Amino acid sequence: MAALDQSAAQADSRKGRLIATPAALYLLLFFMIPLGVIVTYSFATRTATGRTVLTGWNLSSYDKLFSELVLRIVWRSFWMASVTTILCLLVAYPFAYYLATRAPKVRNILLVLVMIPFWTNGLIRIFAIRFLLGSDGPASQLSENLGFGTFRILFTPAAVVIGMVYSFLTFMVLPLYVAIERMDWKLVEAARDLYAGGTVAFRKVTWPLTRSGVIAGSILVFVPSFGSYVVPEILGGAKTMLLGSYVARQFGAARNFPFGAALSVVLIAVMLIAVVINQRAEANRA
Amino acid sequence: MSTTMRPTKWASRLLALNAWLVFAFFYIPIIVLVVFSFNGSRRVNIWGGLSTRWYPEVLQNEVILDALKNSLMVASISTIVATILGTSLALALDRYRFRGRKTLDGAVFLPVIIPDVTMAVMMLVFFAQVFRFIDSFGPRFQLGIYTIVISHIAFNISFVAVVVRARLGQLDPSLEEAARDLYASGWRAFQKVTLPLILPGVLAGALLALALSLDDVVISAFVTGPGSTTLPVYVFSAIRRGVTPELNAISSLMLLASTVLVLGSLFLQREPKSKTNNQGE
Repeated sequence: MAALDQSAAQADSRKGRLIATPAALYLLLFFMIPLGVIVTYSFATRTATGRTVLTGWNLSSYDKLFSELVLRIVWRSFWMASVTTILCLLVAYPFAYYLATRAPKVRNILLVLVMIPFWTNGLIRIFAIRFLLGSDGPASQLSENLGFGTFRILFTPAAVVIGMVYSFLTFMVLPLYVAIERMDWKLVEAARDLYAGGTVAFRKVTWPLTRSGVIAGSILVFVPSFGSYVVPEILGGAKTMLLGSYVARQFGAARNFPFGAALSVVLIAVMLIAVVINQRAEANRA
Repeated sequence: MSTTMRPTKWASRLLALNAWLVFAFFYIPIIVLVVFSFNGSRRVNIWGGLSTRWYPEVLQNEVILDALKNSLMVASISTIVATILGTSLALALDRYRFRGRKTLDGAVFLPVIIPDVTMAVMMLVFFAQVFRFIDSFGPRFQLGIYTIVISHIAFNISFVAVVVRARLGQLDPSLEEAARDLYASGWRAFQKVTLPLILPGVLAGALLALALSLDDVVISAFVTGPGSTTLPVYVFSAIRRGVTPELNAISSLMLLASTVLVLGSLFLQREPKSKTNNQGE
């Protein structure tokens, strides 16, 4: 019997591997190997003419990461991504709570209203923000007509943060909604019976129970904000250079592939740290 | 929910206020953009009367139409391939235990979360390196539509796999087991039972892949070659040159297209009413 079970398990394992192979090979060839290539490039040398030479491995691209200019860009990207994440959390938590506590019929309609902008072309949505916030655009005109005077917000860090919140807010809403929706309300009720206070019940019960959603949402907002390229390119100015744009520049005008690769490794490292944090959180919940 | 744990009146008012502000934040920029696409004036910020003049102008622009054609081609090929590969990956990860499964499970998540710009430069450098290698044998390759397609499949496989897996997780594996007992062949059981059950998930995954491919600007911009500009790449470079009424019109058309996609996806994903009622107890 045990032998039979074992051979069945072996056949099962063979079949699983067979089904997974085409996709796994594709991801290996066109994702993992490119990932490896970019890491390799970060140790390569740039010649005076801008070519990349794959001999004489060195760490000089990494040395450059600690120059004042780069540290300032990394720091700016970090705090802008942090502000974006915190703003998204502050807005999305009560929003998701509101959605999750509606009657099923209303909830479904509201969810559709959340999904429509989410599926809308991201570039177009950023363009919409640029148009709205333009120096004599509709928002500025409205504020002038109301007697508040015109404003110039485009090409400032504030505009970039608004754009990132606009782009990534749904990534925060969805995991929070799932976490709040599947929460066991009886626990909150029990807490209310014991503690009575709403704030305490929230802090001791609701918040811990929905923490996995908070972590997942924060990661889904922080990682793309930290590496954001399109938003600062369209809404930011010369003084709001972020890491994503700086990386892109190394593969364009600056033509310094090894340095661009080293900068990408920073983005990859942040991404991997986020994945590990998320897995830890998932494991704790289970 | 019992009445004792309902938020107090002012708290629930604040919750509602916050919700409507969020919806306003989501929709006002989009609505303003669409309204201004019907502005007759060449100066985008000055209202010059209602007009549809920019739409025919956009739809007759050869460059835009070529870009649209490229986008549709890239999106359809990458969606079909990624849906097949992503679905099989989801099935393997959900149903079978094999060596390397854990690693694969972790790796699937990476293309979902990787910042666009990182994936873009990674693919660019990869193709440059591969071309350099191939060139040493004679034939000369260039970046083009196919490099965009290859890159889009790479990230779409993961998105499809994640969506399909979520659907598989909700299924009762005993259904497939019962079918296997009856039909004996695993392929028949898959065809007759599993596939129809996961089809809404597969279609939702395919639509997401389609939307993501039509959405992508950064990766396409990096691995595009001469004559293979996609619509978002065209729009991106046009935005950087400045806001024009034509841009407002293209954007409104793209908004319309994505709204149709969402509604289509929601329509496909909706649960048949009778079924959900029966699942109660």
